[in-house]
Amino acid sequence: MLRDLKERLAAGASAEEMVSSLFEKIKRSQLNAYSNLSEDLALEEARKFDLAPCSGLLAGIPIAIKSSISTRGIETNCSSRILSGYIPPYDAHVIERLKEEGAIIIGKTNMDEFAMGSSTETSCFGPTRNPWDLDRVPGGSSGGSAAAVAAGEAPCALGSDTGGSIRCPASFCGIVGLKPTYGLVSRYGLVSYANSLEQIGPLALNVDDAALVLDVIAGQDLRDSTSVKSEGGYLAGLEGGVEGIVCGVPKEYFGEGVDPLVEKSVWEAISKLEELGASWKMVSLPYTKYALAAYYIIAMSEASSNLARFDGLRYGLRLGPDKDWHSTFSEIRAAGFGPEVKRRILIGTYALSAGYYGRYYLKALKARTLIKEDFERALSAGGADVLVTPTMPFPAFKIGERVEDPLSLYMADVFTVPINLAGVPAISLSCGFARGLPIGLQIIGRHFDEKVVLRTAKAYEDATPYHETVPKEVV
Amino acid sequence: MAEKDVIIGLEVHVQLNKLNSKLFCGCSTKYHDAPPNTHTCPVCLGLPGTLPVLNRRAVEYAIRVALALKCDIQGETLFYRKNYYYPDLPKAFQITQYDFPVGLGGKILIKGEDGEEKTIRITRVHMEEDPGRLVHAGTIDRAKYSMVDYNRCGMSLLEVVTEPDLRSPKEARSFLDKLRNILEYLDVFDGDLEGAMRIDSNISLVGGERAEVKNISSHKGVEKALAYEITRQRSARRRGVAQVQETRHYDELRGITVTIRTKEEAHDYRYFPEPDLVPMRIADWVPRVEAELPELPDAKRERFVSDYAIADDHAKSLTSEIRVANFYEDVAKRATPRLTAVWIADVLKGELNYRDVTIDRFRVDDMVEILDMIEKGTITEKGAVEVIRTILDHLGDPSEVDPAGVVEAKGLARAEDDAVKEAVRAAVKECSQAVADYRSGNEKAINFIVGMVMKKTRGRADPGEANRLVKEELERTGRA
Repeated sequence: MLRDLKERLAAGASAEEMVSSLFEKIKRSQLNAYSNLSEDLALEEARKFDLAPCSGLLAGIPIAIKSSISTRGIETNCSSRILSGYIPPYDAHVIERLKEEGAIIIGKTNMDEFAMGSSTETSCFGPTRNPWDLDRVPGGSSGGSAAAVAAGEAPCALGSDTGGSIRCPASFCGIVGLKPTYGLVSRYGLVSYANSLEQIGPLALNVDDAALVLDVIAGQDLRDSTSVKSEGGYLAGLEGGVEGIVCGVPKEYFGEGVDPLVEKSVWEAISKLEELGASWKMVSLPYTKYALAAYYIIAMSEASSNLARFDGLRYGLRLGPDKDWHSTFSEIRAAGFGPEVKRRILIGTYALSAGYYGRYYLKALKARTLIKEDFERALSAGGADVLVTPTMPFPAFKIGERVEDPLSLYMADVFTVPINLAGVPAISLSCGFARGLPIGLQIIGRHFDEKVVLRTAKAYEDATPYHETVPKEVV
Repeated sequence: MAEKDVIIGLEVHVQLNKLNSKLFCGCSTKYHDAPPNTHTCPVCLGLPGTLPVLNRRAVEYAIRVALALKCDIQGETLFYRKNYYYPDLPKAFQITQYDFPVGLGGKILIKGEDGEEKTIRITRVHMEEDPGRLVHAGTIDRAKYSMVDYNRCGMSLLEVVTEPDLRSPKEARSFLDKLRNILEYLDVFDGDLEGAMRIDSNISLVGGERAEVKNISSHKGVEKALAYEITRQRSARRRGVAQVQETRHYDELRGITVTIRTKEEAHDYRYFPEPDLVPMRIADWVPRVEAELPELPDAKRERFVSDYAIADDHAKSLTSEIRVANFYEDVAKRATPRLTAVWIADVLKGELNYRDVTIDRFRVDDMVEILDMIEKGTITEKGAVEVIRTILDHLGDPSEVDPAGVVEAKGLARAEDDAVKEAVRAAVKECSQAVADYRSGNEKAINFIVGMVMKKTRGRADPGEANRLVKEELERTGRA
């Protein structure tokens, strides 16, 4: 897909026309995939490209950016009222990289407020709709990015994944989403929700495109102390098939709570991989049952600290005339945060409080270590090379269906959060349909073993038709 | 006076202001004369999405200080978030250390109230970032509005915490003087810069709760605030009012402390490890930092006594400030060390203190020249003091004055022997009444004659020498 675009641009197609037709499409759309567009800048960049084409990996390619990734001069509000009007004076590392390779940023995509959700319903701009069924959620929190890519409102996009926020919407929207190993992509410029868990990653129409974007954004950045060097060459390393690859199938990821159609599709995918030369065996990740609890304690604790800075004093929401400092910032926070964000700040604050820290936060860290060891054991030498699971236990649900029941929404993350706790890479790609809705296959790898994950995904994609099925034109 | 029932412990915040950049970003630390909010960047302003990157040099400085304070350096050190809301803190948390600070369990030797050397135990030395600075329109308790300057935000701080080993405001002061001296020796700190050292003092009377007097920036202020607190807590106790655990503010203008908050209002800082920074194995750094550790005050003092054969009191005075010690050594290499010690410790330092200026105002070359003139006898001691004063009082370019020029301009050159002898003969001849008084047993009458000699030589004669010559002349003329 991106290769086609690059070829068309190289053959003389106008980037400006490409970008303006995207903007027309976005403006006609009912999806609400974008929170704000960057029309003037994007068209200016496109015109520059048309006059003097540059040669980067993404030269002239339009890209959509999740609203939690800082873009110089383009509002970055995390779909929260409290950041309304906030225009960063700097670019995130990944944005610098995209620009260096010639990509054109077309706008910022809708998301769950501060990435807190799995449905894009907690956005202050209202929910994004699923291009496969407008009454359904696109997943979240990078729901805007996933819907835009699935509906052709952007050729590719960046999202961020704290507990599944790239893979869940990729699964619900039937596209490819990759959460890289913790540390592979610099977080500098990503508005923090839960620092120790999140990574920026690509959302794309196929594995090639995801690998190409990863080639651009991966690598060490001295401004993020947790980032490390990358070998690169992800696109170049895609071929080679799955001959000899051992797929682990964790027994805890099947059974109760999983839609039988989802299970069926995933088993078919495993058979397909076997057909392609891989082998499979059952493995166990025994601490999976503690993952959700540990994840939410850690994420909410970090969030309660990260979000404390939003007080309207230096940027973001302002209300009427100032009173004393304490009342002013309290009122701004009361008005600026939505209910889900408030819930998570309150729970996180509680979990870190004196007397509870040991019982919750420290305990969650211990559980995290055990979960990480689960993955290391299952993926150790002589064990599996990759793990294959459903991304989500069920396909996209209806808008509003779970909004009043946060726990059931948290439960939906059960197969994605352990991956963030362990810090390993995982990709979601389409492996079938249930009642007309896409089903996501999750392939998990060893730390920094993106190449094997991508190669497995590529072999599967080449052998199946699902990625070629697109939602009927959404207007 | 050391008082048995007084318990004082200090938390000293030391700005590592000799570093070039801040603790977690590349912003320059030279903001002291800059307009507000000009030494900032997205990181130290805590803009959404920014991440801290640790300044390794700051860690090295911290290890240096911890070693100098005889602390145990921890194998691995870790940063934490201390969460609280305050407008000078743009992230609403301070990155600091909690468990696993750089150093634990050190000590400093001070001169106690009884004149004996006394050990003050150091609990811990840890690193943290400085918040910004609030500028209140008026006083802190009455301001209508406040402004924030983030230039200081993100500067490297060391917090040095003592055990409650201090027994008087004076001991607290001498602890602070000694700490400052050590820090300046380590070349990590310039104590003259505004806000370089800020002190929180915990003070209680035996059996009572403690008050914490926060954020005093001068050693003298700490001494005064503690003296005030002792009086206040004593008188409260006499009136039967129990001291409660509280935080107080020292109002420097009014010389009093006022309560800010009590224990019930105390914060829960919700410390947890900073996820954006990785733990650091500093044990491996220690040998190198230790090898590079400069000579410290106590060692220098001992070396001065043995190398230069000077009095211990002089050595102590000369080493109480690194700049004075360096000045002494520079001069002593080119002059008689003992004479140099006397003139710097007893004369020059007094003149500097009197004018409240530092030794940087005086040139090594000038001191060498003055000592040379004293030794050669070309000026008197009185004249030498006059030269030092004249140079210090000169307001313009220091290169406009030098000792020889001052001697010349003020006519301070010691009178030639012949001229003095001539003046003596003339004086004895002229002061017949005084000569008669002297000879009839009034020995003090000689002073009048010596005064006459000084007058005749316009002060250039050495008074002791003149006295001796007058006596000789009186003996000679008496015999005749």
